[in-house]
Amino acid sequence: MSEAIQERYDVVVVGGGPAGIAAATVAARNGASVALLDDNPGLGGQIWRGESRTSTSAIVARWFEEFERSKVKWIHPAQVFHVENGRLMAESPEATHEIFFDKLILATGARERFLPFPGWTLPNVLGAGGLQALIKSGLAVAGKRIVIAGTGPLLLAVAACVQEHGGEIIGIAEQTTQTRFAKFGMSMLFAPGKFRETVKLGWKLKGIAHWRNCWPVAALGNERLEAVRLSHGGKIKELACDYLACGFHLIPNTELAEYLGCKIQDGFVVVDDELQTSVHGVYAAGEPTGIGGLELALIEGQIAGQAATGKTVENKKLFEARAASRVAVRVMKQAFALRSELLTLADADTLVCRCEDVSFARLREHKSWREAKLQTRCGMGPCQGKVCGPATEFLFGWKTDSLRPPLFPVRCASLAAISAITDSRELNGGTQ
Amino acid sequence: MPEHIVIRLNGKQVTVPEGTSVAVSLLSAGEACRTSVMGEARGPLCGMGICFECRVTIDGKRHIRGCQVQCEAGMDISSDE
Amino acid sequence: MSRTPDVLVVGAGIVGAACAYELAKEKIKVAVVEATGVGTGATAAGMGHIVAMDNSEAQFALTRYSQRLWQELQMQCPATMEYEETGTIWVAADEAELAEVQRKHEYYGARGVATDMLDAQALREAEPNLNKSLVGGLRVPSDAVLYPPCAATFLIQEAVERGAQVYTGHAVTSIGKGRALLTDGTRFSAKVIVNATGQYATRLTPGIQMKPRKGHLVITERYVGEIRHQLVELGYLKSAHSTRSDSVAFNVQPRKTGQLLIGSSRQFESNDGKVNAGIAGRMLRRAFQYIPDLAALSAIRVWTGFRAATPDNLPLIGPWNADPTTFLATGHEGLGITTSLATGRLIADRFLGRASEIPSEPYLPSRQQEATSHA
Repeated sequence: MSEAIQERYDVVVVGGGPAGIAAATVAARNGASVALLDDNPGLGGQIWRGESRTSTSAIVARWFEEFERSKVKWIHPAQVFHVENGRLMAESPEATHEIFFDKLILATGARERFLPFPGWTLPNVLGAGGLQALIKSGLAVAGKRIVIAGTGPLLLAVAACVQEHGGEIIGIAEQTTQTRFAKFGMSMLFAPGKFRETVKLGWKLKGIAHWRNCWPVAALGNERLEAVRLSHGGKIKELACDYLACGFHLIPNTELAEYLGCKIQDGFVVVDDELQTSVHGVYAAGEPTGIGGLELALIEGQIAGQAATGKTVENKKLFEARAASRVAVRVMKQAFALRSELLTLADADTLVCRCEDVSFARLREHKSWREAKLQTRCGMGPCQGKVCGPATEFLFGWKTDSLRPPLFPVRCASLAAISAITDSRELNGGTQ
Repeated sequence: MPEHIVIRLNGKQVTVPEGTSVAVSLLSAGEACRTSVMGEARGPLCGMGICFECRVTIDGKRHIRGCQVQCEAGMDISSDE
Repeated sequence: MSRTPDVLVVGAGIVGAACAYELAKEKIKVAVVEATGVGTGATAAGMGHIVAMDNSEAQFALTRYSQRLWQELQMQCPATMEYEETGTIWVAADEAELAEVQRKHEYYGARGVATDMLDAQALREAEPNLNKSLVGGLRVPSDAVLYPPCAATFLIQEAVERGAQVYTGHAVTSIGKGRALLTDGTRFSAKVIVNATGQYATRLTPGIQMKPRKGHLVITERYVGEIRHQLVELGYLKSAHSTRSDSVAFNVQPRKTGQLLIGSSRQFESNDGKVNAGIAGRMLRRAFQYIPDLAALSAIRVWTGFRAATPDNLPLIGPWNADPTTFLATGHEGLGITTSLATGRLIADRFLGRASEIPSEPYLPSRQQEATSHA
């Protein structure tokens, strides 16, 4: 059994998306020793997955280039599974890391919210962001018929991505109302600096069917997806397709923050103007403080990077940019609120917990997350409730349990490495 | 033009472009990643390492999330039972 | 809901549930009050190992009797309870432990429990993934495992079908002289009140000599066939009875799902439910010595629980000397699941004034002498 690799940095950033890249780069620029940990094989998190310094986007290219030139130690793929103030444990395929730090920046991003509906466990039913991630990991969609469904601006980004790669989008089913969606469109058009971007996206997607008041009621097929049944303004339509990309906006990945004892409010990490959480020396940037998209993530990453290295004067301009950008958080929350019809999509046999195959009917019998978990094993699988937790919160109003190590499934040896205290009784003639 | 590499997928030789993730190699080949507790075939869902639906055995190591691993020449991938 | 049952059972963990079931079976009017949920306390934290334990005659009698009751009952139990007769193998690491294997084999054999002595080769055949340096073991085929939360709900359901009433979500703040007061102001009045509140029993019955003993468990991903029996090191009892503050002992269970439950640890001084990385790490490292492959298997969760431990390691089953209307059904340490059914039976016997199938004296609370005077 190998020992944990020990390292020490002034600043450790968890998460290699835009917020993390910005935070790490800025902190390194200020002379701190910095490590950035991410669990993906490549840098960029979700929205910048597959990107590099040769990106066609100037902003992306600039950040990647500066990151590469910086002295940031990029530790990847590394899954953080335990953290306490001043020390974290992360697991890589071949090693366990024990990393000591003075300051910690949590740029852990967000994940999709999945809601259960009949047939959603069929192969080829993917998340919306899920489809995008898979395309960027090599999934060929040229000529494939794709339905995109759920809610949120992510659906549009995914549609643009699918289109770029030659996929045939049958339509985008957005559950929000016509009015709300129009309002969202307007606010994006007139948001500072967003006009061109919004127009560009709208132009790219012109000609693609976009239905409001529309949501999936069933995914159909035998061994894999063959068709999707949608409810659109009260009418049902069935569309044959190869992939269904369905996700209902985003849930912030606040588990690390919560585990550390950071104050969480309405599901988001509470931070001050300098993005410090309620735990001294721990900062949060990007989606965990509010689902606000790329621009806000970059701004917050920079603020956190500055604050964690004691440079607060430079933040004034960033504060103003942040305030302006945070409008997006509120706008998106209102525009893409989940409608009550989604509460009744699952029928009795629809699985809610995919790890342990627990149906809606079985869960419905219970009064709390804990009771349901113990009686049905819902939430006891390897996803540790990251998929079924948000679903049951929406369906039943349940709050999940308090967090314990490991924050991700890890090798037993990694778990044991959290504490190196040894037992004086060794097995006679035992190995290792 | 990306390089192509040869991997073993559920016992069959398959060619994939470099940079393809293990999860994508299964999805593209129409193969399920795993069988659920109640016997359902499952494939990737979230694509980002959260849902654990894409766990497979890679070179003898069980329960590896295929979406977090890139295919490498000679890799032996099999769907978890 | 009747506020005047014959018997009020406080606590619906596995022991309270078994008491309710046995009482209701005898057509006794039972009410159960549970502060949170059925089987959500120590019952949910435990391993669910049903084992005939040989550390004393009294312990053997109780565990063996209760094990036989489980064997009879299991045929009616739902699949969610996951009862399986996996058997136990007590694993020997050296010659001294092999001698212990011999002793145990004779002890069990003399009392009607069939066991097989395994040499190193036989042990390897029985469990190929055990450390090859182990010298042998004792297989006890009649031991079993089950999933405790569903066992507790099954017993409660059976009790309810026979007329028991269950009141959850409210704690009992005091009991005495057949009366109980709940946090919501409700009062119950019964001929007998059974204190089956596990680690909290001293709150309702101050003066019991009992201390909570924290344990940790780790559960892995599914590795079907990795191990087949519940595996326990022969040093286990040293840990279970040690007076040292912290101890760990190898104890691993295969679940029907193929997941491995890894234990065990014991601590007296820790009062909170937080995972203690130090002892959990020690526990795991000890387990790696017995099952080397374990180090590379994926761990999904760790959790803690509190066993109710008495100074002589036997449970308290029967009337409390200071107030005979209170029956204790607590102090089961790590054998709560195993001995729950027998506990329920003994409690019902005591209430009905009939003889028990095993001598009940060793478990009577009266053996604990009160050092101080009463409040």
